Amino acid sequence: MTTGIIGQPLPRVDGRAKVTGAARYAADFNQPGQAYAVIVSATVGLGRVAGVDSAAVEKMPGVLAVLSHLNAPRLAYGPHKSYIDPATGERLHVLQDERVRFHGQPVAVVVATTIAQAERAAAALRVSYNAERPVVDCAGPEARAIVPEAGRQPDARLPADKARGDADRALAEAPVKVDETYDIARENHNPMEPHATIASWSGDRLTLWSKSQVVVNEQAEIAAIFGLPPESVTVICPFIGGAFGTSLRTWPHVTLAAMAARHVGRPVKLVLTRKQMFFTTGHRPRTVQRIALGATADGKLTSVVHEGTGETSRYEEFMEALTSVTTFLYSCPNVRTRYRLVPLDTGTPNHMRGPGEASGVFALECAMDELAYKLRLDPIDLRRRNEPATDQGENKPFSSRSLMKCYDLGAERFGWSRRTPEPRSMRDGRLLIGMGVASASYPAFHAPATARARLLPDGTAEVEIAASDMGPGTYTSMTQVAAETLGLSVERVRFSLGRSDYPPAPSHGGSWTMASVGSAIRAACIAVREEAAKGRKDRPIEATASSQRDPEAAARFSMHSFGAVFVEIAIDPDVGTIRVRRAVGAYGIGRVVNPRLASSQCTGGMVGGIGMALMERTVLDARDGRPVNAHMADYLMPVNLDIPQLEAHFVAETDPHVNALGVKGLGEIALVGIAPAIANAVFHAAGKRVRTLPIRIEDVLTRRSV
Amino acid sequence: MFPFTIEKVTSVEAAIAAASSGRRLIAGGTTLIDLMREEVEQPQQLVDINALPMSEIRIDRSDLVIGALARMADVAAHPDVQRLQPLIAESLIEGASPQLRNMASIGGNLLQRVRCPYFRMVDAACNKRNPRSGCAALGGLNAGHAILGTSDHCVATHPSDVAVALVALDATMRVKGPKGERTFPVEELFRLPGDTPHLEHTLLPGELIVEVRIPWGPHSRRARYLKVRDRASYEFALVSAAAALDVAEGVIRGARLAVGGVGTRPWRMRAVEAALIGKVPDRRVFQAAARSAVEGARPLSGNHYKLELLPPTIVRAFEMTGEIA
Ligand SMILES: Cc1cc2nc3c(=O)[nH]c(=O)nc-3n(C[C@H](O)[C@H](O)[C@H](O)COP(=O)(O)OP(=O)(O)OC[C@H]3O[C@@H](n4cnc5c(N)ncnc54)[C@H](O)[C@@H]3O)c2cc1C
Ligand code: SF4
Repeated sequence: MTTGIIGQPLPRVDGRAKVTGAARYAADFNQPGQAYAVIVSATVGLGRVAGVDSAAVEKMPGVLAVLSHLNAPRLAYGPHKSYIDPATGERLHVLQDERVRFHGQPVAVVVATTIAQAERAAAALRVSYNAERPVVDCAGPEARAIVPEAGRQPDARLPADKARGDADRALAEAPVKVDETYDIARENHNPMEPHATIASWSGDRLTLWSKSQVVVNEQAEIAAIFGLPPESVTVICPFIGGAFGTSLRTWPHVTLAAMAARHVGRPVKLVLTRKQMFFTTGHRPRTVQRIALGATADGKLTSVVHEGTGETSRYEEFMEALTSVTTFLYSCPNVRTRYRLVPLDTGTPNHMRGPGEASGVFALECAMDELAYKLRLDPIDLRRRNEPATDQGENKPFSSRSLMKCYDLGAERFGWSRRTPEPRSMRDGRLLIGMGVASASYPAFHAPATARARLLPDGTAEVEIAASDMGPGTYTSMTQVAAETLGLSVERVRFSLGRSDYPPAPSHGGSWTMASVGSAIRAACIAVREEAAKGRKDRPIEATASSQRDPEAAARFSMHSFGAVFVEIAIDPDVGTIRVRRAVGAYGIGRVVNPRLASSQCTGGMVGGIGMALMERTVLDARDGRPVNAHMADYLMPVNLDIPQLEAHFVAETDPHVNALGVKGLGEIALVGIAPAIANAVFHAAGKRVRTLPIRIEDVLTRRSV
Repeated sequence: MFPFTIEKVTSVEAAIAAASSGRRLIAGGTTLIDLMREEVEQPQQLVDINALPMSEIRIDRSDLVIGALARMADVAAHPDVQRLQPLIAESLIEGASPQLRNMASIGGNLLQRVRCPYFRMVDAACNKRNPRSGCAALGGLNAGHAILGTSDHCVATHPSDVAVALVALDATMRVKGPKGERTFPVEELFRLPGDTPHLEHTLLPGELIVEVRIPWGPHSRRARYLKVRDRASYEFALVSAAAALDVAEGVIRGARLAVGGVGTRPWRMRAVEAALIGKVPDRRVFQAAARSAVEGARPLSGNHYKLELLPPTIVRAFEMTGEIA
């Protein structure tokens, strides 16, 4: 038995393939005879298509088809919803009628022999509209908040309303309080790899090489849309060039690629343009949140009110865990949370790294910092005074919780003791220095998964599961789990993922891949090992096994990862530029399977958090709902020069309850907490409390009151 | 993308002949190809001028002369540029990204098109792209737009960084066309939008930029470029300032200032310069002089902050001239 492979900082097993170009992404699977499809996107924000002048375009060189609602086949759109689709509402039916629900909605698709011909024809296609004025501002006068249908039940996973004690009364009576509103801009995921699908039919069987974070769901969804049995659809996606949640759902372009391929009778490749990545592939919804905190003079929370509103589309109710963390992060007898949605004339939002938690924790952790200043307490001290012994929202013990250990470790590595609390009190030459801190939390989920392992007579093994690897290093960490469990060296294990005909895995999102997929692989490898122990090794030994969370543990414990994030920024007091100088995160995530990958996950999440805090914002034109900065030069994200020294540390944490591997998940929490730590640092540096994200030069420069 | 032809020319005469017959010159292509892909520009015939002998960087007496085809990266890294005119190097390094700077030429940089998002969306109203169609930026998103030199027809800023430095330094340019050669100040290349925003520059049909010339002066070494933006690189200026001072015996003898990100063309600020002459270079003097910078500025719905950002940017740029890079 080879032990100790789990926990090793192995380099990525797929690293060489990636840097040499051998790794094949969806758009690399070119098929013989393949044609190209280009989507024509609506240029109005609401209304109806009045006409599609396809005759002229059909005569253009190489054009094979122009599909619009006028001639597109009517698809089955059979019922299908998975846990990653909004529970309420119905997905966009593409090219099935003349309605335009949002700017950028596909209104036609042009298929041609070459990509150049298809692009040319798509640009030439004249579509006329009867346009109406859309409503796209969730805080504007026409916005109407609704109670999310799926949150109405008190036992809902994301309850619209949840309360303990009497938070409003406690707030009114509190000697010290903070009551503020926080506004976070809409963001788009913007991974490096664009969405891409190659669709190929053979009779009634469809193969899709398609960028997806959950190939089995893409299979089920496309089968439902086309009225096929799921076995008729195969989805293949061995590599993903970043996704951050945008490839969790199966978006309209996948349907269009399959529709086009069937229509022209040959394989069709469809790749979204960067601009189209702002239209139909989801976004982090803008949120507006009120947080009110009441506390005693010695810093014990007596009231927490969290009222959050997120934007959604008119046809689906997208929900995220905006207010969840507030119910258990701190000890407080009186807590009330409220979650509402504002339907707008936009596409449906989608989970984006740290979904819900990143936004909700921003508001809560900024408010905690504000409270610390009112109480003249160190912000870490305030959190320590309110550290709960149990999850008071669920009335359960935590399976493990190392938040205070994270603060201790982080504070030491960061050098928090050097901070002088007074705003504008720290300088480096001309620059104002700010140090900020915030808590992070994300649930330790676990979903059912099944894996197959095969031990071959030559002493190597193969492991298969329909999981994905969008960058965290799933290939490597799963190889480690399999190698250690089978007692083989890492080189002797070939791990494959990304095919819907492999045993099913849950979505690659929600930080549950290591827990769910890892546990299934461990179970399959144990089964193989036990079989092998019985004797004959001259033929392959194969086993398929599933895993899921122990229901008893699930009922008994509240399971979450926790972390503490420290950030130092510098502000130029003359011109208002804000630059992050360093960040330190300390996390309690159970067992760390591969410290090198874990650290890389964290620093990647920190970069995302820097973007959220200081740069990322999808700007919509109120007149027609158009994203005005749908361009990599205009939608700002951090570039290398914006990324300073980033450090991640892990506290030793053993959690026997979460799963057999003892892992709690890391990908999502890595983004949570960064933005509030930065906003708190901005206040420390400049004495200006900015409650809107992203924080820009003009926010610190203008003489707006604190 | 639409079909087009591209031919290479190897002589300046051939390039002029081609340009005179309506063909479009292409150098690094970082502006032109980008806009062609969006179908904002649709030239049918391109003439590749990269083989022309116009990429030299040389010193003529004490003037710095930069060929129109010299690449931004090469100019920025050139020791003579850094030594004689550090403002030029600094403004180039602050522009675009390393990849773009490797491709982009100085001539192309001066003629780059605006970054107004509506200009780049063929279905939006834009007087510059489509005369008399309206200006979507006026009632839309205009945080990045100009406060100086605007008209009711167009409010886009000129996006170049190095052009701001060239205008500050009184650079001239030599152009060649069917009617011969002429030399004029770089500042005169740029037109105000007025009611013809589609006309951006003063080159005559068929004219080719050959080189720019930056005269040396006692201010040349005490010159800095400050570019203010939300991220540290790869973003156009919200506000920028190219400032240079000639200080002798503790007193300002000469001052140069041009600003970017605020004007519909690189904006020389002669009133601010004049207010500095004879003064001792210190913060209060700079602040007093910078006050006039926003005179006549017309903010739009989304860019009031530029009124607040411009004066301190100027002050800092002048201060930086004393803290040589
Ligand atoms: C994403 C992005 C970010 C950028 N950021 C910045 C920035 O921060 N700061 C900045 O200053 N610039 C920036 N730029 C602009 C960049 O500097 C210009 O695109 C580049 O300098 C243009 O040079 P080129 O050689 O590629 O021009 P081309 O695209 O080849 O040509 C541009 C125009 O100039 C004409 N032309 C070229 N050479 C000549 C000549 N010798 N005589 C006559 N006409 C000529 C062409 O016909 C064309 O109309 C950015 C560009 C992009 C795409
Ligand atoms: S500001 Fe100028 S470039 Fe922008 S839309 Fe108006 S006219 Fe066009």
